[in-house]
Amino acid sequence: MLGLDKKDATLLIVVAVLTLCAPFILNPFPTDSAMAQFNAGYPDLMQRFIIFGIFAIGYNILFGLTGYLSFGHAAFLGVGSYSAVWIFKLFSYNVLPAIGLSVVVAAIFSLFIGFVSLRRSGIYFSILTLAFAQMSFALAYSVLSNPKFNLTNGETGLQVYADDPQWFHRDSLPDLPHLFGLSMRSTYTLDVGAWSFDFNAGYYLCAVIMMVVFYLAIRIFRSPFGMMLRAVKSNQQRMNYTGLNTRPYTLAAFVISGMYAGLAGGLMAAMDPLAGAERMQWTASGEVVLMTILGGTGTLIGPILGAGFIKYFENIFSKINDTVLHEWFALLPDGIEDFMVFIVHPFIGKGWHLTLGLLFMLVVIFLPGGLVEGGQRLSRLLKRRGTKAKPEDSEHRPEEKPHVAE
Amino acid sequence: MGILEVKNVNKNFGGLKALSEVNLSVRENTVHAIIGPNGAGKSTLLNCLVGKLIPDTGSVMFDGQSVLGRSPYEINQMGISRVFQTPEIFGDLTVMENMLIPIFARRDGAFRMHAFESVANEREIIEQAEHVLEDMNMADKRGMHAASMSRGDKRRLEIGMCLSQEPRLLLLDEPTAGMARADTNNTIDLLKQIKQDRDITIAIIEHDMHVVFSLADRITVLAQGTPLVEDDPQNIKGNPKVREAYLGESA
Repeated sequence: MLGLDKKDATLLIVVAVLTLCAPFILNPFPTDSAMAQFNAGYPDLMQRFIIFGIFAIGYNILFGLTGYLSFGHAAFLGVGSYSAVWIFKLFSYNVLPAIGLSVVVAAIFSLFIGFVSLRRSGIYFSILTLAFAQMSFALAYSVLSNPKFNLTNGETGLQVYADDPQWFHRDSLPDLPHLFGLSMRSTYTLDVGAWSFDFNAGYYLCAVIMMVVFYLAIRIFRSPFGMMLRAVKSNQQRMNYTGLNTRPYTLAAFVISGMYAGLAGGLMAAMDPLAGAERMQWTASGEVVLMTILGGTGTLIGPILGAGFIKYFENIFSKINDTVLHEWFALLPDGIEDFMVFIVHPFIGKGWHLTLGLLFMLVVIFLPGGLVEGGQRLSRLLKRRGTKAKPEDSEHRPEEKPHVAE
Repeated sequence: MGILEVKNVNKNFGGLKALSEVNLSVRENTVHAIIGPNGAGKSTLLNCLVGKLIPDTGSVMFDGQSVLGRSPYEINQMGISRVFQTPEIFGDLTVMENMLIPIFARRDGAFRMHAFESVANEREIIEQAEHVLEDMNMADKRGMHAASMSRGDKRRLEIGMCLSQEPRLLLLDEPTAGMARADTNNTIDLLKQIKQDRDITIAIIEHDMHVVFSLADRITVLAQGTPLVEDDPQNIKGNPKVREAYLGESA
């Protein structure tokens, strides 16, 4: 199907079904129940799952395939957001041109940064990209927001004001980002008994775009180009002595991943017409690295899982506070209840970073292949239960290497 | 006129004269061995041929064109393939993928943005790769992770990768270094087979006299950065100069 083999097509279909049904899947608890706070099916968060998923899919094309660890991809995300908001300010709230421009601008930006940074590899490459991203951040935060030339609106963040030209805006159109009149914020709420499910236009736009770019990523992984990128990671010396110029291959991967980041940035602005400099900060670049590694570097589905995992933690775990904890431990005697709350307290609310950090360490140490490897081990375990382990000399019969996306 | 002509090449590293006035001519379709004691400049010379080092003076011509100033990938595209002392393969990839990459490189050149084609659809290239794997007796290992193979198999794969490009000149840098006797003999047999089957010129750097005398048509002896003699194997064996410089007292 669509030039994919059976396994990849299945993967694509599974991802498509999951994203389209996400409003149901992410809202398993009735609205009024105590567990409702673990529901993640509200538009804002679902959009973020998808957008960061796109960001991580693109990052994985660079990091997962070529092994070049960039610490500066947030710069492309930020650039994408700024360009999208500029389109809103100057032309209209239609999201398509905004998203289109954000991808183009991010491509130009990443071409330049990649061209310079890729002169070095390893840690020096990482430092160069980090330096570029921090420079972009500083530019956006202060330099480019002086009264004479205000490109980024500094600390406040770039947003659309009533006196902006918006040349193509008509009064009949919504005064918010829209797709040919369909507001990105319009949401249809379906109430089924105690449950309620939100179907948001913005989310579905993001979901469709993610499926397209996920499909493109699968094609890249399976192409000769993708194989060359993996060869770059494996042995550059052999590449050079096999008549292949590694520089354009890595640069192409860098620009492609920059475009994915720009797309994510543009979508972010399309969901909420704001762009702030903090989007370019190094913590944001670090986050996408975490997502990719947590999910499974170099796998197809890993980055999406990692992005969802981290965003879920960020938004759901951070909302648990002491009151909630007291409710959970209410059955215990008072002294023990307070003690338990005291113990758990650092790991919840603002302390969610601590929990995430511990989980990240556990994954990196015990599951170097990320969540995907965890899933593989689990399914292998289940299979073995099913068929009874065969007495096989595994040491002298090396396993066939699984294909990249398994 | 040989396919590879090295003329008056000098290379200094600081005060050390690594190569001085090296002349070498490799004739087409022969196996030319370059031997010499440690530090004779064999590896430096090889690196000058493949673009890793640039000689201070002198010229290196391959098939009438200068290779100086070109980068390794350009020199490879001219038709020179190199096998390293420790096998350089794509360890993270499967044996089959290792074989496909050089064939793609030969067909598509140094870079091509074939991002939306599928490897699985490249029938012709896959067939060629399978053919070379069979020649190398590695067809059963095609799905294996290249890094998990034995040293001898890695060497075999690397030679196969180079051959799949159908190079005009194959450079071998101590292809049997650190190998067990059996693996060494296998490699010799493989190289003999290659020499017999293909129109190929081979330049080989080697320590092991057994390997050199079983393969070479012509031998150049390097000592302290200068070629001492260039002659046929049977004459080299008896040459007193060579005995003195290279084989020493043990001969």
